[in-house]
Amino acid sequence: MTDTATAESGYHLPLPRLRGLTAQWYDWIKQHELRFQRCDHCERWRHVPREVCPGCGSVDWAWQPSSGKGRIYSWTTVYRSLHPDFQDTPYAAVVVELEEGPRVMTWIVDRGPDDLEIDMPVRVVYDDVTPEVTLAKFRAGD
Amino acid sequence: MHMLRDQACIVGVGETPYCRAPGSGVTDLNLMLRASLAAVADSGLELSDIDGLMTPIFGASGDELAANLGIENLRYAAQVNMGGASPVSSLQSALMAVYTGVANNVLIPIGWNGYSGMRARDVSEAAAVASPMGPTVQDYYLPFGCNAPPQFYSLMARRHMHEYDTSPETLGAIAVASRKHAQLNDNAVMRGRPLSMQDYLDSPWISEPYRLLDCCLETDGAAAVVVSSPDRAKALAGKTGHQPVYISGVAEGHPYPADDITNRPNIFTVGLTHAAPKAYEMAGLGPEDADFAEIYDCFTFEVLQQLEEAGFCKRGEGAAFVRDGAIELGGRLPVNTHGGLMSEAHVIGMNHIVEATRQLRHEAGARQVDNARVGVVTGWGDLGDGSLAVLTRK
Repeated sequence: MTDTATAESGYHLPLPRLRGLTAQWYDWIKQHELRFQRCDHCERWRHVPREVCPGCGSVDWAWQPSSGKGRIYSWTTVYRSLHPDFQDTPYAAVVVELEEGPRVMTWIVDRGPDDLEIDMPVRVVYDDVTPEVTLAKFRAGD
Repeated sequence: MHMLRDQACIVGVGETPYCRAPGSGVTDLNLMLRASLAAVADSGLELSDIDGLMTPIFGASGDELAANLGIENLRYAAQVNMGGASPVSSLQSALMAVYTGVANNVLIPIGWNGYSGMRARDVSEAAAVASPMGPTVQDYYLPFGCNAPPQFYSLMARRHMHEYDTSPETLGAIAVASRKHAQLNDNAVMRGRPLSMQDYLDSPWISEPYRLLDCCLETDGAAAVVVSSPDRAKALAGKTGHQPVYISGVAEGHPYPADDITNRPNIFTVGLTHAAPKAYEMAGLGPEDADFAEIYDCFTFEVLQQLEEAGFCKRGEGAAFVRDGAIELGGRLPVNTHGGLMSEAHVIGMNHIVEATRQLRHEAGARQVDNARVGVVTGWGDLGDGSLAVLTRK
């Protein structure tokens, strides 16, 4: 796999391609800050990163800090992986809705798939999976 | 009246045999050629009459198809890139071509070795490199092991279960109905393998809340249809004995944002939500007029969701709608009378159009819906593209 980490790090799961706005988003996470784009004009938050505000058409925006607090919006528990690297099953791919509104795909680090609930409060934690990439994950609790 | 209402007809349908192991033994191109030959023969047209081609989203190019079929005067070739929504959306493009005179007779083939060739698992693995699902999936979902349709849509299914108390038995009713219908279809891969609700509930998890039997089949096969003008359709009917099937209304729609399922303001608002009212308005008919519906059934919940978004019931009321055999033959609205992607074959939904045409011709044999005059067909493409056609018999 082209996008998996080097053998030295021991991390074998697919990583994002760090380019453009995606690189910027992950770079904040590497600094242990969860930030999202927010429109300078209409103050709408957005994710995944976009060049233009879909609300008002403004091209002016900034990476604004999120509180890192949110709630579980939905999840799926994968028993039969459909990717060769994800063989440690079952695992839960979870959608968390942040207080500011954006939703992110993530994992909950301190709860098994059977201990998740919709609307469960969660808080961001940072997992430095390789020297280049940190993933924003979540733990249960306010 | 809408200018495009009833301005084109489906005049020919064709399918290959559908199979799983050991596989078709021929290429994707060969499958599509066989289905095309069958559809053109069924229409009563000659191959030389075909001058329009909706090219398939994978498996063969328009050039290859036209070269093999001897289509010397191809005047219109185009692709609708909407995944499983492409076949129904292609009816819209074919209708526009025929109505405007850009082409007279448009062939729409699709098919694949979905079992013996690149299976869903391989497609998903390839996604890690080629990312056919797009950069959002690759850069934001894949790092967390969410990279394939059963995972994407089970997120929606779970949310629906939370908001509307949708039960596993509701999803099971959809799988059971499809399998029941397949028992009446000689070309259904699951003919001879009946399914009970207990079988459904006992099937293993794939991506909870989806079990194995919530998922469509992987099969080899192809299907094709020919679209022509109403005048030619009437003339051909005298020769073939097939009733013309009118494209009374058709529309496509796209979810917002199309490339990110998680950040939709309402996760249940998909392409079909926008397409359905447009198609009904064009047809001058509504969901209440449908005698049957062929709903793109990649997964059970997508059938439930599309029944809601296509207006057969209100959002959140799908469970009551599918209960007590209401979507089985003889019920209020027979759904997927051929067995669908879940129990006939996965032909990217073209088999739904073929089945609707046969129902409206009154050529569906043991599974014929009595006096069928109006049928609804939907398409669903990743990550929620939608299309809907209202087909009628006059």
